[in-house]
Amino acid sequence: MDKFVTFRGTVAPLFRANIDTDQIIPKQFLTRIERTGYGAFLFNDWRFNPDGSKKADFVLNDDRFSGASILVAGPNFGCGSSREHAAWSILDHGFKVVIAPSFGDIFYSNSLKNGLLPIRLDNFLVEELAARAEGSAALQLTIDLEDRLVSDDKGRLAAFEIDDFRRYCLINGLDDIGLTLQHEDRISAFEAKMGR
Amino acid sequence: MSTLYDKIWDRHLVHQEEGKPALIYIDLHLIHEVTSPQAFEGLRLAGRSLRRPDRTFATIDHAIPTINRNLPFKDPIAAQQVATLRDNCREFGVKLYDLDRVEQGIIHVFGPEQGLTHPGMTIVCGDSHTSTHGAFGALAFGIGTSEVEHVFATQCLQQARSKNFRINVEGELPFGVTAKDVILGIINQIGMGGATGHVIEYTGSAIRGLSMEGRMTVCNMSIEGGARAGLIAPDETTFEYLKGRPFAPKGEAWEKAVDDWSGLATDEDAAFDKFAEIDANSLEPFVTWGTSPDMSVKITGAVPELSDARDSGEASSFERMYEYMGLEPATPIEKIGIDRAFIGSCTNARIEDLRAAAKVAKGYKVSSGVNAMVVPGSMQIKQQAEEEGIAEILTDAGFEWRDAGCSMCLAMNEDVLAPGERCASTSNRNFEGRQGRGGRTHLVSPTMAAAAAIAGHFVDVRDWKFKS
Repeated sequence: MDKFVTFRGTVAPLFRANIDTDQIIPKQFLTRIERTGYGAFLFNDWRFNPDGSKKADFVLNDDRFSGASILVAGPNFGCGSSREHAAWSILDHGFKVVIAPSFGDIFYSNSLKNGLLPIRLDNFLVEELAARAEGSAALQLTIDLEDRLVSDDKGRLAAFEIDDFRRYCLINGLDDIGLTLQHEDRISAFEAKMGR
Repeated sequence: MSTLYDKIWDRHLVHQEEGKPALIYIDLHLIHEVTSPQAFEGLRLAGRSLRRPDRTFATIDHAIPTINRNLPFKDPIAAQQVATLRDNCREFGVKLYDLDRVEQGIIHVFGPEQGLTHPGMTIVCGDSHTSTHGAFGALAFGIGTSEVEHVFATQCLQQARSKNFRINVEGELPFGVTAKDVILGIINQIGMGGATGHVIEYTGSAIRGLSMEGRMTVCNMSIEGGARAGLIAPDETTFEYLKGRPFAPKGEAWEKAVDDWSGLATDEDAAFDKFAEIDANSLEPFVTWGTSPDMSVKITGAVPELSDARDSGEASSFERMYEYMGLEPATPIEKIGIDRAFIGSCTNARIEDLRAAAKVAKGYKVSSGVNAMVVPGSMQIKQQAEEEGIAEILTDAGFEWRDAGCSMCLAMNEDVLAPGERCASTSNRNFEGRQGRGGRTHLVSPTMAAAAAIAGHFVDVRDWKFKS
């Protein structure tokens, strides 16, 4: 997993409630056995017509947001299916951060394990960010994971909460499995004691 | 004083360090073709082994055809995915219930049916409907592929503790109201994100009165309310279901297990973080009208109007849903005609579901404009239904009778709605495009789906004229 560094990026607004993982990556792309290359299918049915042409009114087809790396979405983002392909497709498309009022539990966990930072902010703040991003000038935000801050060019906008351990893993690009295997003796002891 | 969830958690705690997630032991890992290949590949790349192949079980369900399974798959990518699962199971020593086995089926139908699911266990699978197994009083939840790899390598997961949510369903279910209507009613009440961050424990006389299959239907859709898992404390109904199944304990071990399982219950004065109460007597058959599972109304109701929305955000969701679903506000549900009916999925494809559908279908014909299919949850259920004469009743009525798989619940195979087609479906999700791009899904119980298939539109199954 890449280390997550503080960075600045452009916001793409998609402020809809309950964007489920079926919308993020429709099932027809789940038969692949790779972990990469899903960015081309991100939001496929919203982004493309059945003939493959782009839908003009979808945010990711708007030139203003072509280089966006921060997605701002409505509440309960990533609900539904556990498919990690959702996090893979968002990252592969070039996003590093998703800001939303709330997330589906499994998506939230999947994101962190892949170096995609999900940030929860109050609903009114997220809605305001989405509205600003829709405005004439591109909205650039700076995400500081170390200090847990979201800022714009004028300064600090909001602090966000994230579990300390998860933040530490993201900043250092740590591998969960490697960390757990450090407790191999404890796992073996548990198995012996509990008859597993 | 602790809850059932707390008790199962504590029994599986391998290690806990201040400021870090807990390390939880996983008793049973179920896998299928779609969310495992990248996890196996990860193991290989890191040179790691699969710690407990004996606690890992595989079947094939998501991407497979439900017809002509003896022929090569039409989809070469799906064929490769299935072949990859076979290769991986062989390489890492995992027991696979392949397409030629009578045990093969939807992973969450297969596990309980084989007696793999026991009270008090921790169970994971790379599938959000793993919550199904909570019906046995097991802590069961869906995980992503990175976590699948983590369990492969360590038989553990790093987890933060969830909050406790109790949903009490008291009373007696009226005639024609099923477990599916109970869970649709619950999700309607708590909302789609209502249980996010929580594990739900379902309690109350209406829950106790459900069969194991009904309890599985309820727990199955816990995730549609955002819950990490759903739980029902084990009781005689649970033990009766499990006894004698292939992987259930036998003899003295059985007695010991039942003794232990009998203690798996929430302490009387344990505290919950959240609580909801449902009056079972007031429930009716539900039909979803929108594109999220909480958007349901009673069969006697109508598509809600914009003024029914709780806020402007919900009103704009309503507008999107009217357009996608091709529905006008205030349309009575019974006036909505259907093109397809799908009876299947890990929510409603067990033998009791098929029996209930057959009871409705007996002596009738599927409406001429409707294509209806029944996809049993496992090949064993298919066989049983054929022996009981249920299959014959359904096929005589004009239902297609398929092989086991996830099929049109998520339409990864060729069982797909055409754009604009409207379907009465016993599955769990009515998301945009879930059953096919542009397809319109209405979630209902098996009896409501069967009745709609015959009438050509939604009808109140409580008024059905059953033929014997």
